[in-house]
Amino acid sequence: MKEQCSIEVHNLTTTYGNTPVLWDVDFELPSGQIIGIIGPNGSGKTTLLKTIMGLLSPASGYVKIFDKNIDQMRERIAYVPQRESVDWDFPASVFDVVKMGRYRSNNLFRRSTKTDLAIVEESIEKVGLSDFRNRQISQLSGGQQQRVFIARALAQKADIYLMDEPFVGVDAATENAILSLLQEMKKDGKTVLMIHHDLQTVSDYFDYLVLLNTRLIAKGTPQEVLTEENLSNAYGGQLTLLAKVANLIKENEFPIRERDVDL
Amino acid sequence: MVGDAISHAVLPGIVVAYFFSGDKTSGLLLFGATLTGVIASAIIDFLSRKAKIQGDASIGITYTLLFALGMIMIASGGGNNVDLDMNCVLYGDIATINLDKVIVDGNLYIGPYAFYVELVAFFIILIVLLVGFKGFKLISFNEDFAKSLGINTGIWHYLMMGLVALTTVVGFEVVGAVLVVGFLIIPPATAQLIVNQLKNMLIVAVAFGVGAVIIGFYVASWFNVSYTGGMILVAGINFFIVLFLSNFSKKLKLKA
Ligand SMILES: Nc1ncnc2c1ncn2[C@@H]1O[C@H](COP(=O)(O)OP(=O)(O)O)[C@@H](O)[C@H]1O
Ligand SMILES: [Mg+2]
Repeated sequence: MKEQCSIEVHNLTTTYGNTPVLWDVDFELPSGQIIGIIGPNGSGKTTLLKTIMGLLSPASGYVKIFDKNIDQMRERIAYVPQRESVDWDFPASVFDVVKMGRYRSNNLFRRSTKTDLAIVEESIEKVGLSDFRNRQISQLSGGQQQRVFIARALAQKADIYLMDEPFVGVDAATENAILSLLQEMKKDGKTVLMIHHDLQTVSDYFDYLVLLNTRLIAKGTPQEVLTEENLSNAYGGQLTLLAKVANLIKENEFPIRERDVDL
Repeated sequence: MVGDAISHAVLPGIVVAYFFSGDKTSGLLLFGATLTGVIASAIIDFLSRKAKIQGDASIGITYTLLFALGMIMIASGGGNNVDLDMNCVLYGDIATINLDKVIVDGNLYIGPYAFYVELVAFFIILIVLLVGFKGFKLISFNEDFAKSLGINTGIWHYLMMGLVALTTVVGFEVVGAVLVVGFLIIPPATAQLIVNQLKNMLIVAVAFGVGAVIIGFYVASWFNVSYTGGMILVAGINFFIVLFLSNFSKKLKLKA
């Protein structure tokens, strides 16, 4: 392993106006793993990704990517925003959007090269959208739109991938397809940091977890993080959900990778 | 509705430039107006992003304030040689446009002055769009993603606002501050209904715009009503026809 730590977040506080949305969050993430960020709605998960990407500037603290400032590392980090954050009626095809993954501040005034176009084709292929490459993006299902976003990130040929809820509005088959794609990326030494909302699948999907609720509640392997105490600290009053997960954990003991799907 | 805001907000810029240059056809006028347009969009930006005022409110505050400022400036300068009047600002002077003639060689009339101003603006916009197409496309689809690539979205944003301001200013002298917004918005909105590529949208929008102007002109002359009104009416009717037809054809496709 050449680089042990992919992302370092140091005493990070981010505010909107005067309201802190992230408070003194501090962690270091391993590299070459699939890492999940979990936490209730409004707990600052999206804000965390945006701050890591430098889209928001923190009130205090800092972020390091492979021990460097984000602006020196943009070539090596890809960002997949929440799907709802863009207008899908925009007049563009699948190919057009994925091609944006090859845009750089120094090539905006040039035509795309042959290599760029080949990478775009390959990325579309990887997410299984080749048959839709010329389709207008508004005429895609939610799952297909999500795959367009992932293909755009793949086209960036980065080492770290930050994804904001890539499984929202995605059917089970697509979710599995994306998941095996992520496993493949991991084999190639890539790091994936993903916001995830479905607590029932977290221990299956992730090697490492960050549990957030404005503050950092817990970080570590799923076994370390998914304790009753941590979950009640993060999710507070949402007891039914909590009970369900706690039961799930008890019943299966860890590791619960082989569990049946009879949840 | 940033276009709407800019079209009203450029007024003080025009007035100030007018005081300095003293004639309606100077390049200084264009420059002043464009500059005010860009300043207006900077204020809107500041209010909504830094001061966390709601987007609509930021726009409303900015343009009404600047527009009011322009009105007061016109009213207070009205006693002098200033023949900029509110009617002309609001409704344009397309009907009297032939008064500003371009005459070469003493007597050869080659068209109204405004036509040449528009022509120059057209080429400026065309060139900037051709050169910056990728950048404009990227930031209009997904600004956060553009930022994540390390692209300076601020520069692109202001470049685009500058073009909107320029378009507004040259159009506004002819069709007025109110309806120029219609010319800015209706043709592209119509085009978006039927195209699936940004490039085609630009071409189709221009075609719809020009079509509405020509048809609107003849309709208005026939009924002896306002030219600008006729043009926007035609553009609007065209929009609803296309909307209806495109929904209709989508339904057919679903059934097939
Ligand atoms: N642009 C914004 N302006 C003000 N408050 C915001 C903004 N975006 C998010 N928030 C608030 O910040 C908190 C965290 O939001 P977010 O990071 O989107 O949470 P999550 O992704 O975990 O659901 C929420 O309370 C939300 O209402
Ligand atoms: Mg979120």
